[in-house]
Amino acid sequence: MSALAAPLTAAPRRIEPLGALLTLAGALALTWLPFVLVKANRIVPGTPLGVGAALPPAVAGGLIVLLVGAAAVGLCVGAPRVRLLAALTALAGLALAVGLAGSLLTPGGNRVVRVAPGGAFWVVLVCLGLLATDALTRLRPRPLVRVLALGLLLGIVVAALASGWFDHLSILREYAVNAARFAQELRRHVLLAFGSLLAAALVGLPLGILCHRVPRLRPGVLGTLNVIQTIPAIALFGILMAPLGALAGGFPALQRLGVSGIGAAPAVVALFLYSLLPIVANTASGLARVSRAAVDAARGMGMTHWQVLRGIELRLALPVIITGVRVVLVQNIGMVTVAALIGGGGLGTFVFQGIGQTAIDLVLLGAIPTVALAFSSAVLLDALAETLERR
Amino acid sequence: MKHGPLLLRGLALLLLVSFVIAPQRFAPLFAPLTQYGAPPIYDQGNLLTLTLAHLGTVCLAAAASTLIAVALAILVTRQSGRAFLPLSRTLVNIGQTFPPVAVLAITVPLVGFGEIPTLIALFAYGLLPIFENTLVGLQTLPPAVTEAADGMGLSARERLFSVELPLAMPLILEGIRLSLVINVGTATIGSTVAAKGLGEVIIAGLLSNNTAFILQGGLVTALMAVLLYEGMLAVERRLCRSVRTD
Repeated sequence: MSALAAPLTAAPRRIEPLGALLTLAGALALTWLPFVLVKANRIVPGTPLGVGAALPPAVAGGLIVLLVGAAAVGLCVGAPRVRLLAALTALAGLALAVGLAGSLLTPGGNRVVRVAPGGAFWVVLVCLGLLATDALTRLRPRPLVRVLALGLLLGIVVAALASGWFDHLSILREYAVNAARFAQELRRHVLLAFGSLLAAALVGLPLGILCHRVPRLRPGVLGTLNVIQTIPAIALFGILMAPLGALAGGFPALQRLGVSGIGAAPAVVALFLYSLLPIVANTASGLARVSRAAVDAARGMGMTHWQVLRGIELRLALPVIITGVRVVLVQNIGMVTVAALIGGGGLGTFVFQGIGQTAIDLVLLGAIPTVALAFSSAVLLDALAETLERR
Repeated sequence: MKHGPLLLRGLALLLLVSFVIAPQRFAPLFAPLTQYGAPPIYDQGNLLTLTLAHLGTVCLAAAASTLIAVALAILVTRQSGRAFLPLSRTLVNIGQTFPPVAVLAITVPLVGFGEIPTLIALFAYGLLPIFENTLVGLQTLPPAVTEAADGMGLSARERLFSVELPLAMPLILEGIRLSLVINVGTATIGSTVAAKGLGEVIIAGLLSNNTAFILQGGLVTALMAVLLYEGMLAVERRLCRSVRTD
């Protein structure tokens, strides 16, 4: 057996397994699932249309050629740069095609008909995205390159959306209806997520330093913060509504500052409480990682406690602390979505409205920017932590 | 020293069980939180049934995530699946930036309201910690051990089941614990899409402005999460001891 198997495994692999899997998934989706759905209004199920029916023959043919090309590269070419280029070209073609389908299938001046991207579009989008992600991972880009690539990607997406090419697609129709509110809720979402992070950092850093200096405190503080994490977000929001409402009722000055039982105040307090654990825990373990010798040497050089803390300990612990901040930020951006349930605002407003009206476009209008926000924050802070770690 | 926490855990379990079985006995405790004569104890459904449904959903989702995540991690660490390894690591990183609400909200229009979207969201969200931990466990085996296994002439299958998986078990169990605890909390959001569970109690409280309901739902969920965490930790300790003595 083993004698037989040896030459087989030694033979050069001709077909890339990932490419084969993605090609299969993409081909099946294009055969069985609709490319776009044309709906008479925003809630009814739509009429499914394939690539051939949704696009003029020349465009449909061009798209198929692009996709087959990307599949061929994915199947046979090992070089990551080529694979990345092929995937990105096909992604651009796919996006342009779906935008065009939206414009062509919407009767002129009709504001009720919705053209939504169908299952085949989403599956092929994910397959090409995976091909690009895989190639990018294999290239192992440096932190700065990753941040630049993210900025470029976001820039292209914003420019493409602003160009008007995609205006007839259902999600952008939903955006057009809610444009003013979208900007407001997005601002609110960012404000809630970053505001509670800032508050948590202001309290959590000293608390983490204290836990490091006084080891007796550590189990108690971390244990308490751990228990807070287990309370479900909607319950914590709800529980905080009562005391904050009472507080605002008792102190009109607080009410004028915007503190009340419903709305942003309980959300900020809850997010602040959730954020403390990662920051305190990472500050303490980051400081514990600093070698005794470095601290002793600095003390021996005549540096004060404060100088050692700022110049040596915190500087060396910074990558670990930044990792904690990343965890908090990603977690907060996700949890602000839930704050919409208690009138806290944020992009969750669209998500829950969409669930209530079974309007998937409205759900996506809230969900996609939330994911993009969390993803961008993660990339930025990861790059920052890695850069600090290398120094 | 060791008996203190044990006693505390026992008390927590006792509190949880007695509360969900006979919640009315606790009515005087919650009465000060209600206004205008609202009921102090959730009365629109049986608390015990809701708790069991909640736990059932969480455990079913966790079982499915464990099965798939461990299988996938084994697959990408075999010679034949190596091509998927870099991508799967990146995907785990990206996946963790998806908020659970978004996963839930996107599944609802695809499969309808009820238990199913919640199960799918919990399953998808629970995959990540288990997959990540299994991957780390399988990739950080001491070289001496794997060489010894090869030297003993173990087949690939024997090596996987009697060497690699047992050694990775502590990390796999830790992943399952993380995913269980996260899911107990996340499952409450499932009630916004009509899944049965303790979120129902919290949402009823939010809708009728009844803090007592919110507190009950939140406390039962939190107690359940803490007990699951501690229970899994105990299982891990016991299993890991047996791995070491084997």
